Amino acid sequence: MSYFIARRVAGFLLTLWAVSVVVFAVMNVLPGDPALTILGIDSTEEARAALRARLGLDQPVVLRYLDWVMGALRGDFGQSYSFGVPVSDLIAERLPLTFSLALSGMVVTVLLALVLGVTAAARHGRPGDWGIMLLSQMGIAIPAFWLSMLLVLLFAVKLRWLPPGGFPGWGDPVAALRALVLPTAALALVQSAVLARVTRSAALEVMRLDFVRTARATGFGSRHILWRHVLPNALVPIVTIVGLQFAGLVTGTIVIENVFYLPGLGRLLFQSIANRDLITVQALVMFFAALVVTANFLVDIAYVIIDPRLREARG
Amino acid sequence: MSERRLSPNLVIGAALVTLVCGVALLSVVWTPHPYAVINVSQKFAPASAEHWLGTDQLGRDLVSQLMVGAANSMMVALLAVGVGCVLGTAFGLLAAARGGWTEEAIMRVSDLGFAFPALLFAIMLAAAYGPSLSVVVVAIAFINIPIFARVARAAAKQVWHREYVYVARAAGMGRFAISRDHILPNIAAPVIVQATIEFAVAILTEAALSYLGLGAQPPAPSWGRMLSEAQTLMSLAPQLAIWPGLCIFIAVLGFGLLGDGLRDMTDPRLIRERRA
Repeated sequence: MSYFIARRVAGFLLTLWAVSVVVFAVMNVLPGDPALTILGIDSTEEARAALRARLGLDQPVVLRYLDWVMGALRGDFGQSYSFGVPVSDLIAERLPLTFSLALSGMVVTVLLALVLGVTAAARHGRPGDWGIMLLSQMGIAIPAFWLSMLLVLLFAVKLRWLPPGGFPGWGDPVAALRALVLPTAALALVQSAVLARVTRSAALEVMRLDFVRTARATGFGSRHILWRHVLPNALVPIVTIVGLQFAGLVTGTIVIENVFYLPGLGRLLFQSIANRDLITVQALVMFFAALVVTANFLVDIAYVIIDPRLREARG
Repeated sequence: MSERRLSPNLVIGAALVTLVCGVALLSVVWTPHPYAVINVSQKFAPASAEHWLGTDQLGRDLVSQLMVGAANSMMVALLAVGVGCVLGTAFGLLAAARGGWTEEAIMRVSDLGFAFPALLFAIMLAAAYGPSLSVVVVAIAFINIPIFARVARAAAKQVWHREYVYVARAAGMGRFAISRDHILPNIAAPVIVQATIEFAVAILTEAALSYLGLGAQPPAPSWGRMLSEAQTLMSLAPQLAIWPGLCIFIAVLGFGLLGDGLRDMTDPRLIRERRA
């Protein structure tokens, strides 16, 4: 068990390091002059030289990389070029909104997917099953940003129930929550489409097993069997997909924030691209990639906690 | 072979894919109107015999733009998935043929690819090199390499243990020749299924990136960019926000269903299950 965890931790740290090398290489080493990218083609050579010196671009690449990584480990990602404040301050300021959106998206996704998936499995081969599967097939094919626009069209433009976008801040909690309803729905409807299918097939697989038949013969109600016997045993594949979907959730959040003009990290990323603020972009890309790597790592660990059999198998 | 009945997924998927590809091909030689011609006096024209779905805020014909948008989407997906599939499959074959540290190295590097969702990778490239359709193609292709490497390696490793491969090895055939003549044809099915599914993902990713302004640049029409332009006009002309999204939906649904259908048809486990 501890050997398994130690191996995973080592793999996790190695991946994080490799990700940092890739991000740094793409943003710094490959052809292209960051000073030119930041200042644009109308800039003078002197201005570019001055900026290069200020950003430390005249230093050797390896030194710059070490500088960046050491700084990042201390929580110092450098100074944002366009906002004129430390990038870590920007992240700290925008993170709560992104975190709230991702969390609410995740919770609604899982609840929706479990209910739909288990319901479909219970009605296997009947119209209820087909209907849910059809919906999920459609959900997989709908681009989240288009679904967002349709939701805005219906609930904000036509019915005027909810705001079309923007964020009033946490000062007014009711308004803040109302602003998050449509983004959460757009995020969760798309994400739960995949998860509902996985839940359904995982539940179907467990329902074929002997102990379920035994439970049924013992006289337990079908609802009790579904939620207390089938679902817990179907959790391993479900958790895998929830973990894999985390990457989708992260990119989904980036897109959705831009659709709804929510001032979170995803919006910051695009503002920084528009402002050619490469330092902030680099920090944010690293931040998002690190989140994905961490999620994958936690899923690996979660297996062992959910399924004791894997503990012995993997030593 | 009656078990290989065509599933509804396969039929509907193939029909939608044929429709989208047909329209994309047609747009190369014919569109109802030149797609980029601006005619402000005709702006927001409703659907009519002349403009089947009406016109946009600059009086451009919507059907023509959607048709060229289809060609754009198919082109990006074909290039990106094509490159990712060829390189990834080659790496997968190499990993399975060589084993040992070569396999370990290829698989560990491809693990790294899974840390970057395609969208994040494309955002990073676009920030560094400026937004363009080629950045989108490179990003999607890059992210596809590890996916195909995994699929190809897993399938190839099984084939390496078949008897006819042992015979070929005993007959003195080299690893490269075996990979080319015996392994590759036998892993084609899972690779093609994966390619179909990745095609759908590529269309979605291109649309999202173009919507965010990182893909196709004006005046090249792209479904994603049409949607981002429509968003600012939503209370004025909601119909502009409907059609491009519907096109993306149909294309992604088509390739997704086709992929599912092909998998059902070719997956030996499923076939066995159906026979049982």
